[in-house]
Amino acid sequence: MADAAPPSKSRDLDKLLLRPGNLVGPSFEPGVQLRDDLQEYAKVLVVGAGGLGCELLKDLALSGFKNLEVIDMDRIEVTNLNRQFLFRLEDVGKPKAEVAAKRVMERVSGVNIVPHFCRIEDKDIEFYSDFNIIALGLDSIEARSYINAVACSFLEYDSDDNPREETMKPMVDGGTEGFKGHARVIVPGVTPCFECTIWLFPPQVKFPLCTLAETPRNAAHCIEYAHLIKWDEVHSGKAFDPDNPDHMKWVYDEAVKRAELFGIQGVTYSLTQGVVKNIIPAIASTNAIISAACALETLKIASGCSKTLSNYLTYNGVEGLHTKVTEFVKDKDCLVCGPGVLVELDTTVTLQKFIDMLEEHPKLLMSKASITYRGKNLYMQAPPVLEEMTRSNLSLPLYDLMDKVPKDILHVTGTINKDNKKSSGLRKLRVIFKGIDGVTDMDMAGGA
Amino acid sequence: MIRLFKVKEKQKELAENANGGVPIKKQTAGELRLHKDISELNLPKSCAISFPNGKDDLMNFEVSIRPDEGYYFGGTFLFSFQVSPIYPHEAPKVKCKTKVYHPNIDLEGNVCLNILREDWKPVLNINTIIYGLYHLFTEPNYEDPLNHDAAAVLRDNPKMFESNVRRAMAGYHVLINPTRAANRETGLIKQQWLSSWCWQAMCFI
Ligand SMILES: [Zn+2]
Repeated sequence: MADAAPPSKSRDLDKLLLRPGNLVGPSFEPGVQLRDDLQEYAKVLVVGAGGLGCELLKDLALSGFKNLEVIDMDRIEVTNLNRQFLFRLEDVGKPKAEVAAKRVMERVSGVNIVPHFCRIEDKDIEFYSDFNIIALGLDSIEARSYINAVACSFLEYDSDDNPREETMKPMVDGGTEGFKGHARVIVPGVTPCFECTIWLFPPQVKFPLCTLAETPRNAAHCIEYAHLIKWDEVHSGKAFDPDNPDHMKWVYDEAVKRAELFGIQGVTYSLTQGVVKNIIPAIASTNAIISAACALETLKIASGCSKTLSNYLTYNGVEGLHTKVTEFVKDKDCLVCGPGVLVELDTTVTLQKFIDMLEEHPKLLMSKASITYRGKNLYMQAPPVLEEMTRSNLSLPLYDLMDKVPKDILHVTGTINKDNKKSSGLRKLRVIFKGIDGVTDMDMAGGA
Repeated sequence: MIRLFKVKEKQKELAENANGGVPIKKQTAGELRLHKDISELNLPKSCAISFPNGKDDLMNFEVSIRPDEGYYFGGTFLFSFQVSPIYPHEAPKVKCKTKVYHPNIDLEGNVCLNILREDWKPVLNINTIIYGLYHLFTEPNYEDPLNHDAAAVLRDNPKMFESNVRRAMAGYHVLINPTRAANRETGLIKQQWLSSWCWQAMCFI
């Protein structure tokens, strides 16, 4: 097959894509067709155009991906320039996504990159549905959790609780903090999702407010005092905006005064930014290493040219250099990526009847259930104020309360009575209404 | 997965307008966990919860506390709770909306309660926090001062503290004093409380 290949601009890539091998993924079919299909059909979204995002865009473009899009809500700042190498001094103030897309297109011929200068929450589900793989170069747990929920919402399970491959939206997630980093592959339904392993992220260090107010001992205490206490005292009602340089300068000045009063050294403007925004200094090479791993995994998922990372790589360059791959396991009861419990209902079943049924359901055995559907609280057992507000729903058919959608996800919380032991539980249910047109099988939308 | 991507792309071309699109599912794992916390609330009679934005916004709510004993007996104190989408990874943001003369609550409504900041753990819940807040009124403590003046009075002259609390709850200003900031700062230098004792709420888990 390889003999027939026309000359390629990507000779090294061809070695991976055109030749068979022993360590390849299960569905690998080497050949020109594969290379061409990758260029034509693989659409990758890069989330974030910061330190990791710049690297990711460059790496993916050089790995032969032709259809890329990038989303980022930030504008370029001077302090980005040391590592976000696609940006120049004259770009300061411009949207990162737009400049990054333009620069990579200038350097790598044939690649098309569509920038989106907005928040990830601004895009609807169709936008995300359009991509085959989502590569994450983010620095917040919140944003990761959001994208994870979106990607998992496409996942569907069959009647035997097996995930359907065609509904999987793979993610490749990178993250760095100074000399440390991680790269992971998330295939919803197969590997743990972000929420299955959220405990991997250490909680933020928070200083006691009374220490800040009374006994500051270091520069960070002075900065947090200015940020959390002094700001409110002086600007009653006005919210502090970490992206507003005037606000940041004000906090810095106050922190300096505070530090002088207590004879504390070390308050600088960049430390102020670091403490307030919870930033750890980024190291360009860490970003490059993590991005390279992520780009390669993206290529492997798409082409099958090698088995993918399974499933979490950590890199630590703090003392010497260590890398380690850990295979984390899924939380089978995960509210975001798990199958949930399948429940089939008649359209006439009222909410009260449904709550009674949960008590008998062999997989649930849940009494005193409270029910929530897509952010609407259908019934709350407590507190009394909410019980009263939701009580009138009890006599209504659940089908009506779920906007006559033939199949969907519900979440229930209540007391689970298992083996004569009571515990409180939160469960995901896949509800299917019987006899509705359009539901031909038991397949069921998943997600959060 | 490229074969799958290709098939999907072809299907999409064929069925561009076949279905009406998937509505976005915005309920985060944090909201679900909060739903559980709220549906399991078990509050003492002296605490009440309300939802200013209605039954479907649980992420922003208010709790009022009417202590039934101690210095603050007879008062009503309102707290606002703001819960993050990554709850319980992060503690809720809690502010006191009622101006109060209290050693652990400042005039901006900042509250010094360990489980709201340095000792927050995801196994804690909304119930624990409300009990913790309630406890601040039955046992205010001068060792973790946010309102330095109030703390000093409580420590040195509990009788005067009691009368100050009464006056403050009756609507008089006890400590609006132009040299407050200066007092606070000189006071600080006099007393270096290096050990920080905070009320441990773990017993309520
Ligand atoms: Zn999961």
